Amino acid sequence: MSGENPLFKSPRTLKVLLRVFFASLVGLVILDFFIEKHPEFPWEGYPSFYGTYGFVACVVLVLAAKYILRPLVKRREDHYG
Amino acid sequence: MVSAVHPGALLIAGALLIPFLRGSVKQAYLLLLTAGAFLAAISLPEGVYWTVESGFLGHDLVFGKVDRLSLVFGYIFTLMAFIGTLFGIHMKDDGEKVVSLIYAGSSIGAVFAGDMLTLFIFLEVMALTATYLVWARKTAASYLAGLRYFTVHAIGGLLFLAGLIMHSYETGSIAFGLIGLDSLASYLILLGFGVNCAFPLLHAWLPDAYPESTILGTIFLSIFTTKTAVYLLARAFPGTEELIYIGAVMTAFPIFYAVIENNMNRVLCYSLINQVGFMVVGIGIGTELAVNGAVAHAFTNILFEGLLFLCMGAVYHQTGRINATDMGGLYKTMPLTAFFCIIGAASISGFPLFSGFVTKSMIVSASAHEGLAIIWFTLLFAAAGVFHHAGIKIPFFAFFSHDSGLRPKEPPVNMLIAMGIAAFLSVFIGVYPSSLYSILPYPVDYVPYTGAHVMAQTQLLFFSALAFTLLMLAGIYPAEMRAINIDADWFYRRGAACFMWLLRNTFTRFGEAVSRFAFATVPGAAILLSRNPVAALKIAGDTLAASFSSEPRRTVIKSRISHEKAIYPGDIIKHWPIGATMLWIAIFLVAYLLLYYI
Repeated sequence: MSGENPLFKSPRTLKVLLRVFFASLVGLVILDFFIEKHPEFPWEGYPSFYGTYGFVACVVLVLAAKYILRPLVKRREDHYG
Repeated sequence: MVSAVHPGALLIAGALLIPFLRGSVKQAYLLLLTAGAFLAAISLPEGVYWTVESGFLGHDLVFGKVDRLSLVFGYIFTLMAFIGTLFGIHMKDDGEKVVSLIYAGSSIGAVFAGDMLTLFIFLEVMALTATYLVWARKTAASYLAGLRYFTVHAIGGLLFLAGLIMHSYETGSIAFGLIGLDSLASYLILLGFGVNCAFPLLHAWLPDAYPESTILGTIFLSIFTTKTAVYLLARAFPGTEELIYIGAVMTAFPIFYAVIENNMNRVLCYSLINQVGFMVVGIGIGTELAVNGAVAHAFTNILFEGLLFLCMGAVYHQTGRINATDMGGLYKTMPLTAFFCIIGAASISGFPLFSGFVTKSMIVSASAHEGLAIIWFTLLFAAAGVFHHAGIKIPFFAFFSHDSGLRPKEPPVNMLIAMGIAAFLSVFIGVYPSSLYSILPYPVDYVPYTGAHVMAQTQLLFFSALAFTLLMLAGIYPAEMRAINIDADWFYRRGAACFMWLLRNTFTRFGEAVSRFAFATVPGAAILLSRNPVAALKIAGDTLAASFSSEPRRTVIKSRISHEKAIYPGDIIKHWPIGATMLWIAIFLVAYLLLYYI
């Protein structure tokens, strides 16, 4: 991660931000065990179901958009003249 | 009751005065007018009034069907007319201001319309004024996009009109209320509304036309047409199962487009379809919770989606750029706009304490209550995805990301106040959901802030953010590109061209050949023949004889044919004495006699 990183100019700020972010993720996973749930579907009761689903959904979304949809629909900006 | 003022009529009539005013008087008038419309809306009593009895072929025209469902839309529409007007109050174009208020006024008129004819007329005025707003950009691209917009909406209007006529013929009434999907008429009406609602495959006009409009035009357009359609569906088709699936598709497919789209307004257009999809699902489920959720989500979405459009409008106003590839790093000099944009992003993503959280979850919960597992998974996927493209992408690529080197100032103070009001309300409703719940059509028995629910939504969003971060750091996240992505509008942009090519090269060619044969070749031959039919018959006979005779004789006949052709039509009298003519006359007379007796 050099100064050319795509997120923020300063790598130090980035490092701190990322650490805070990852720590909050861990916190959420731990906290999840102590929350009283009222699942309407059985899988809602699994530990960190929503986190897992959100992560997988977004990875699938981005990969599908990049590798399937974009090659199909991308055209030059003057495609329609 | 008679003292109540129609807020839509007030806007439409009031808008016509705008060109006669100048300077600060005009600005004050604009604010008073739109604020007055809002006050008129919140002081409307429930009931049915402003009726023209037997106004059309014995049918009553109703301009004021005011109940809890139409009132919610009346409140938010007038409020946004005020916020939008405040945002653009310093802009010079009078036509744009007049037309945007007529457009807003007629969508309010559509919401309070109690019969389908009044509704139809207001919808048509909306289509016309919206087309003008697209054209107001005055570029070649906006002119063409406006034409496409108008064509699509004219077709939608005709579908509704056909359904309206059939429905009123079947039921004997043009009153607008619950219709339900049970006859051809109702399918046509649903399709007519579906065009305005951007149903999948009928949606392409939205990302096609809206980004081509002016700053103010895009903002107004993003508010009224789709949400009016949501109201119409909630009024006429609640509990229609097909809407659940249509809505679910609407929530899911646009987010793929939004991820790879470069034009930020177009990203927002796709997220708009995604958000309207949630509302359509809620209407399709049709339980009190679901319809409440759909209406509530329409209300909050108009605020936070409007806020995002305002922020992008402000960025475009200050920089002249709207593509993600041209922006970035703007937070340094536009911190307030960035702050408001992040509030809008948090609201659309449904972060706890923001308005999207308390309304979107009503719809998702309603789908769980009904045991619709696949729909529930789709909505959850769409909720994660909207965070990705509207929640992260919009603020990240505009205000952070790579530094574009642009150092624009904050927009004018009226723009900041407009964004501030929308941002404040988005947070206020998120913190005090009961303020919104109290104006919903049905009594609300829903508690958004439970530990499990807050945890579920927070996890969903944080881990979506994790996916974004990791994909970004790994360099997999699709880079913004200067490119366009073809959508269903291809079918009428390229498809129409292909269709015309096909017509030209098959049917038109065939038609030309037929007409050449019928109107040139055959008459020409007939004229030639009629100059000397006997000589022509002789040439034909000689030609026939030539093909049946052997060599020395054939040469003789051929030379005779060429001689006959050379002198054709020749001198008829010289070669054919009067006896032959008499013979022919006799033959024809006999033939006539025979025909007469048959």
